[in-house]
Amino acid sequence: MTPAIEVRNVEKVFRQGTGMFSAPRFVRAVDGVSFSVPPGGCFGIVGESGCGKSTLARLILGLHPATGGDILVDGRKLSGMHRRERAKLIQPVFQDPFSSLNPRRTVADIVGMPLAAQGVGEAERTKRVNEMLARVGLTAEQGGRLPAQLSGGQRQRVAIARALVLRPRIVVCDEPTSALDVSVQAQILNLLAELRRDLGLTLVFISHNLAVVEHICDEVAVMYLGRVVERAETDDLFRRPAHPYTRALLASVLTPEPGLGIPDVGLGDSYPDPANVPPGCRFHPRCPVAQDSCRSVQQAARAVHGRSVECMLAESL
Amino acid sequence: MSAALLEVEGLRVGFGNGTQAVRGISLSVARGETHCLVGESGCGKSVTSLAVMNLLARGAVRTAEGIRFEGREIAGLSEREMGKLRGDAMAMIFQEPMTSLNPAYTVGSQMAEVYVRHRGGSKAAALDRAAHLLGRVGITAPGMRLAQYPHQLSGGLRQRVMIAMALMCDPKLLIADEPTTALDVTVQAQILRLLQELQHELGLAILLITHDLGIVARMAHRVSVMYAGRVVESGPAAELFGRPTHPYTHGLLACVPVPGKIARGEPLGSIPGTVPKIGPGYSGCAFRERCSQAMPACGAGDVPGREAGPEHRYECHLGADWTARLAAEAAA
Repeated sequence: MTPAIEVRNVEKVFRQGTGMFSAPRFVRAVDGVSFSVPPGGCFGIVGESGCGKSTLARLILGLHPATGGDILVDGRKLSGMHRRERAKLIQPVFQDPFSSLNPRRTVADIVGMPLAAQGVGEAERTKRVNEMLARVGLTAEQGGRLPAQLSGGQRQRVAIARALVLRPRIVVCDEPTSALDVSVQAQILNLLAELRRDLGLTLVFISHNLAVVEHICDEVAVMYLGRVVERAETDDLFRRPAHPYTRALLASVLTPEPGLGIPDVGLGDSYPDPANVPPGCRFHPRCPVAQDSCRSVQQAARAVHGRSVECMLAESL
Repeated sequence: MSAALLEVEGLRVGFGNGTQAVRGISLSVARGETHCLVGESGCGKSVTSLAVMNLLARGAVRTAEGIRFEGREIAGLSEREMGKLRGDAMAMIFQEPMTSLNPAYTVGSQMAEVYVRHRGGSKAAALDRAAHLLGRVGITAPGMRLAQYPHQLSGGLRQRVMIAMALMCDPKLLIADEPTTALDVTVQAQILRLLQELQHELGLAILLITHDLGIVARMAHRVSVMYAGRVVESGPAAELFGRPTHPYTHGLLACVPVPGKIARGEPLGSIPGTVPKIGPGYSGCAFRERCSQAMPACGAGDVPGREAGPEHRYECHLGADWTARLAAEAAA
């Protein structure tokens, strides 16, 4: 079966420091990322700030041109495709429903905008907007309001309605619930799961919250400084993490279980800097099990325990 | 004299536009104890912490039956007197360290200023102490960091600097308002672990304000759950998580995805609706419109406070056994 979306060895290099006298510096934000998602699947991408997960989302959405690699939807390359064509295939939901909605437009206008851009007539537009608003749990009356008159959860529903109104194949959600309270987060996650099931959507779900990813995704990629260090089925990843970074990340999840205390993640006090990637395995300065060879050799992705891992010690862990 | 270091009784905070942010809450923090104030945005938890320190924005009106620190009434203190307490016996750390550090001064000069201002002495002696504390909070090469500006540090390092700065005058109480919300999860675990270590070592009392139930479960000795300006449930952490009794606490815990607990494809529990706006003259339970157990009595008047166990209190018309009763009915 052709995957709904396939990402092949994608990379993005940003040029930094374009001062007249300083030599340009290059930041490799996404470095050779590959994965594919079957139709109707939900693929999670987790990692900490600066790991390149949002840059990857922007590459998939075509908001940045990739400096290498290919992205295919239903076997068709996205690069070179017209924006209007691309918009019918793939749509975003962003983190902050306060800044991703135009404050001067009504909700119905916002949701109808993608339709207008595709040249859909007004009567048809109104009908589809109202259908979509109802589908995400908003009333037609709320369609006449401005974003400022809605709560955070309602605004995120508007963003989801806008993403779905063209009936895209793929929705890229970049931290869709991070700005929301936990009770509202649950509402939005349930809505996404329901829409995915009913509309056969394929989701790429980016988050720093592992518990949320565990709940909603079938497969997960863990990113660290631009690379996918481990990719596995959700249950395998959570039950038996193979990369030391995945293990540290999982250990840091604080579940609401009193008495367990705060875990020692054992990562030391150095922090990753995407502009200054260490040689060898890029995780080695923080890795509790790093060996000499890790400081010079970057292990390529390989299959260990039925998953893909970039660590030469994965078997022994 | 009680063992509590900080005791707040009947605290109310209103704003000029009629909003009642805090509506008569009481809480206490004992020496060496972590008391977590948990709730969603707008519930009044941050306003409570600012009210204790008397740092509310102009236009806010604070009233209280009592705010006692080490047994001394501090609600009526002048700004000058409060200034002597703040940063000395009571210290505070905030969510976003970049906005609470001054970008125009080095880490060292900001840290030294706190000490010289409260304790006097030379700047050199204060810098020595600052270097010592930076080492204590796990910063390598403290001498180099003292000479750096905040923008040269990562988020995790900045928050460590904030903690070290808060410790400059050996505080007895540390008020931490969402101290790790802006940080990555691995760094969050490191910072929280550090706070726990410091608490054991120095006998610090910590009032921790957070929205994250995971942090509460792992850090708190005692918990107060806030909703719309009231503490709706409070008690020892094990009690409260073991037997959440207020329908809000109950619903909130069901909303949190826990790896391995809820099958994929199963919906999470969720609380419908949004927090109501609380103006003057609001009466009845503020949670009633979102509550699955609401009844006519919830519509008006005061909500009774009840006991659910030792030191475990909640504000609701329902008896403490309502969940068990509901489960029995479902089974029958």
